[in-house]
Amino acid sequence: MLRLNNVSLSFDGKTVLDSLTCSFEEGCVSALVGGSGVGKTSILRLLCGLIKPTHGKVESDHTKISYVFQEPRLFPHLSAKQNVMLVGCDEARACALLGALGLAEDVDRYPDELSGGMQQRVTIARALAAESTLLLLDEPFRGLDPDTKRTVAETVFDTARGRTVVLVTHDEAELAYADRVYRLLPAPHSILLAEKSANGTNE
Amino acid sequence: MKTNAWWWRAAKLLLSVGFWVCVWLLLSWRVNNTFLLPDPLVTVKTLGRLSLTGAFWVTALSSLWRVLRGILLGAVLGAVLGILTSVSGVLRALVSPLMTAVKATPIASFIILALIWMQRDALPVLITVLIVLPVMWASVSGGIEAVDRELWEVTKVYRFSFGKRLRVLYLPSVMPYVATASRSAVGMAWKAGIAAEVLCTPKTAIGTELYFAKTYMMTEELFAWTLAIILLSVLLEALLSWLLRGFSNRKGKGVSARAAVE
Repeated sequence: MLRLNNVSLSFDGKTVLDSLTCSFEEGCVSALVGGSGVGKTSILRLLCGLIKPTHGKVESDHTKISYVFQEPRLFPHLSAKQNVMLVGCDEARACALLGALGLAEDVDRYPDELSGGMQQRVTIARALAAESTLLLLDEPFRGLDPDTKRTVAETVFDTARGRTVVLVTHDEAELAYADRVYRLLPAPHSILLAEKSANGTNE
Repeated sequence: MKTNAWWWRAAKLLLSVGFWVCVWLLLSWRVNNTFLLPDPLVTVKTLGRLSLTGAFWVTALSSLWRVLRGILLGAVLGAVLGILTSVSGVLRALVSPLMTAVKATPIASFIILALIWMQRDALPVLITVLIVLPVMWASVSGGIEAVDRELWEVTKVYRFSFGKRLRVLYLPSVMPYVATASRSAVGMAWKAGIAAEVLCTPKTAIGTELYFAKTYMMTEELFAWTLAIILLSVLLEALLSWLLRGFSNRKGKGVSARAAVE
């Protein structure tokens, strides 16, 4: 179960989410779209418990969660491989995942020796290595060139098959990987409109 | 071309030390009175003579042990207090003015007060603790405050254990602060510890030897013991540098992936 139940969220008196209720289908890729500042990232942060709602409840059965933040968040004193291994996978698995994301030659490099796009791929490898049941992706392919983006996205959604995935994106092309697409309308009266159903048709 | 070879560094150090020894030598020739200013050769000879006796080593090691105990105790107390005050704002508000007062109080005041309260053998340890404690507290709490908030969120999402959080997040943030603070604190602690010994004259201590050398006008011994203090200070700082270098290795580069993440 992954559900926001009448959730409101305010920062410094500004309402970001207002009485939002929605469920994300288990084992599916749900894409979240909408304008900047409507609260998409806040929903991801609520789902993983980084923030608490001002009102309402976040209902989730997921105890193992992975999160690809908008920006690479790597431990600077650890190599790419070590950063991936931090979440509990062995060296072979870390190298295999990094290799699948085009970083086979860079597993022993440190974050300051990698470009922004390469660092982002390391954080994606870390999220996949965690063997979580819920994968939260916040514009995960930002900064990647189109070819790399396609390869990385295919690897991500292949590896994450069967897991519950919530993807925040501004890129229409990435919606092809989603089973469901929700458009978030801004507060007041926050609402998620389902734009693509499980069978691929628009609602 | 800039070179960092060990022989080049050693040569530069020797030249530098040699220069100041020459200055000392010239001054002592100019003064021409061993009672006022013994020359380097006389000082080294006196130190050599003293070092051939067992009492010299017992005295030097006793002082070193006293100061080391003070440094360790001060470091542990400062680190624990730094962690606690980072967790509790109330405790921080309570401890902060106390640390400012400890830093601002002249060491001589502490020594004279402590002479009334406690055994003279323990006094240099207390004085060393009082030097190290506020420095270590400030560096540990500063390092914890500087922890990267974004990386902290990563450790929360992935539910890192306390040990792993300490190893990959807190220690790398705190250690640069501790390393910088330790280098100055250890030098200050050593000098303050010896100063405390001079005033409280424990049974076996370098400070006591300095006191008696001054009382009986044995300037050569005074210089020899001072040279011993400088040499031991260099040894302490070298030991500290070695320890801190070991720590920076454990922080990441140079260790195996398994060692860093397990």
